Amino acid sequence: MPTIETMNAPHPLGPDAADHGLLRFLTCGSVDDGKSTLIGRLLFDSKTILADTLNAIEKTSAKRGMTAVDLSLLTDGLQAEREQGITIDVAYRYFTTGTRKYIIADAPGHEQYTRNMVTAASTANLAIILVDARKGVQTQTRRHSYLASLVGIPHLLVAVNKMDLVDYDQAVFEKIKADYLAFAEKLGIKDLRFIPLSALNGDMVVDRGERLGWYNGPTLMNILETTPAAHTEKAEDFRFPVQFVCRPQDSANPALHDYRGFMGRVESGEIAVGDAVTVLPSGLTSTVKAIEIGGEQIACAIHEQSVSILLADEIDISRGDMIIKTAEQPLTTKQVDATVCWLSETPMSPARTYLLRHTSREVKAKIAKIDYRLDVNTLEQESTATLAMNDIAQLTLKLAQPIFADAYDKNRSTGAFIIIDESTNNTVGAGMIDG
Amino acid sequence: MSTLTKQTLSHLDWLEAEAIHILREVAGQCSNPVLLFSGGKDSVCLLRLAEKAFRPGRFPFPLMHIDTGHNYEEVIAFRDKRAAELGERLIVRSLEDSMARGSIVLKHPLESRNKHQSVTLLEAIEEFGFDCCIGGARRDEEKARAKERIMSFRDEFGQWDPKNQRPELWNLFNARTHKGENIRAFPISNWTELDVWQYIQREQLELPSIYFAHTRSVVRKNGLLQPVTELTPAKPEDKVEEVLVRFRTVGDISCTAPVESDADTLDKILAETATTTITERGATRMDDQTSEASMEQRKKEGYF
Repeated sequence: MPTIETMNAPHPLGPDAADHGLLRFLTCGSVDDGKSTLIGRLLFDSKTILADTLNAIEKTSAKRGMTAVDLSLLTDGLQAEREQGITIDVAYRYFTTGTRKYIIADAPGHEQYTRNMVTAASTANLAIILVDARKGVQTQTRRHSYLASLVGIPHLLVAVNKMDLVDYDQAVFEKIKADYLAFAEKLGIKDLRFIPLSALNGDMVVDRGERLGWYNGPTLMNILETTPAAHTEKAEDFRFPVQFVCRPQDSANPALHDYRGFMGRVESGEIAVGDAVTVLPSGLTSTVKAIEIGGEQIACAIHEQSVSILLADEIDISRGDMIIKTAEQPLTTKQVDATVCWLSETPMSPARTYLLRHTSREVKAKIAKIDYRLDVNTLEQESTATLAMNDIAQLTLKLAQPIFADAYDKNRSTGAFIIIDESTNNTVGAGMIDG
Repeated sequence: MSTLTKQTLSHLDWLEAEAIHILREVAGQCSNPVLLFSGGKDSVCLLRLAEKAFRPGRFPFPLMHIDTGHNYEEVIAFRDKRAAELGERLIVRSLEDSMARGSIVLKHPLESRNKHQSVTLLEAIEEFGFDCCIGGARRDEEKARAKERIMSFRDEFGQWDPKNQRPELWNLFNARTHKGENIRAFPISNWTELDVWQYIQREQLELPSIYFAHTRSVVRKNGLLQPVTELTPAKPEDKVEEVLVRFRTVGDISCTAPVESDADTLDKILAETATTTITERGATRMDDQTSEASMEQRKKEGYF
């Protein structure tokens, strides 16, 4: 167990340091596979756990009769979780290295929390799937891997943990790797890697350690530092859902009289002043007159930037419309085929009308048909008339108004939607549009 | 005009873009939102983010401060000055009014007023019919906050039910409410204390003077430096010391302690923040030390 004294010096991102942006990743695993210890190790070695937090969990560990500090206490945030000794909800953790900021989404492992895993995975660009070296590939290893690939996480890292408990034996690691590859083939994961480690002793987490000499690959931290951030790996079409329209109408300032700024976030692609654009659903075309952030002009904007776009022509645009490059049209459709994860304790009712939120657009939706429900452990298809919480199903939705969509595997922003129950306003479903 | 050559946003640019997106979702989805502005560093960042989100237009919400009556003068003066500079409307609602109405009853006159803020906040929400309050809370502050949603649903009684929160996927936020219900929106959820200081430095944001090192009379108690003020006078047995301190977080006088520091510039504060061994709340908040779940308990009662 590291002590305060052994924690590394910090490497805060300074203005002079190379800034490789921000990586969001997901850790998934079951109760005993050392997930909390791994997160604890990453937080320790990046100096994120501070002395008073450590003191607090030391006290609690002692109170519960434990001999060592229980790092899982760091991630059990809620009273109910501490009482039950399990993680119920997704927790977000943060750490920084010399070059990058990280957001960890820590998802609970139990089957009944499939929806939490899907939630955590939806914003992640990398998933660490933990496997206990003594137990090998388990049912839940398969489930987590399937869900990670379903939600389109492009980078998957299988971390064979607790190598210290199998004498750092290469044969154990190779066997697990072979078992994993045998079932992972059908998941079509783009970037799949394997790493042996001991989160408890720190081998191959940040430092290589001395007991895994047979492993020549990068450490876990090396992998995190070099994994591409979202959106940077392929050229994507420009998508700009309009969130809000700025019409200052300031009588004291005539320059603003005709000002119309279309505010939103570049969900994908990029845009520059002078580009030809089309507005959906009207189909009207114009060119980009200016791009601004907070009233300051910039020449172009890239994916994930929040900006205002001003057009050369006066076009009526409101929230829920989408600005695209004229040459890069999405699919305008009133019917979507999608994979849906049901999130609510109230089962889906095929008789109901729901609200579907897609980008900044909200439309009424009805279930046209459910093709099948998928068993997330065996990947077998079952027929069903309704969906219960944690079910994952292939279905078709009919929409009252069109949405401007891309296939989820091409675009995680314009391929995703949530389903809202208007009676409670709860978010009850999450959907990914088929290619 | 600046030219953009890089293909990935820096971490601060990314956090800024996310926060602007959240603020605009509030503006687009809620009919009557309000931004809570205390004069503290996190809400100072929120104001800059709101400028980036909505200028050259006006903010599509007023600012509001729930004043405990136990705030440092410098902070209140700064609050009023900043709101005036921005030309935005500032609403102030005071705990003392709630006490006069009888909705807040203190156990004793010098009891910390921090947790009672929830009452005045809920009263103000009802008075103005706000359907969303934008706040500067961060997930790294406290472990109950680590599981907080960016758009956090509160029922008619302002209660947060940690077991019944809306799932939040991708960047599709659901801020829908029925009448009487309320959303608390946290645009800087994903920021850490260090990110906040880096942003303040990058944007050259002005802060109340008590964030910078100054000499103050304090008493050392329970590992904290307790400032000696009219509200928190020294007891006869206390040893009062003049110490060079700064505040890492600014709140009600009765529960916010400064830390020993000679950091009198943003650069020095940043260097200290990067090497500190105590969390922001651990070093400074007397209210969170009461029990393991005290923040969670307060949030359930309507607190931020």
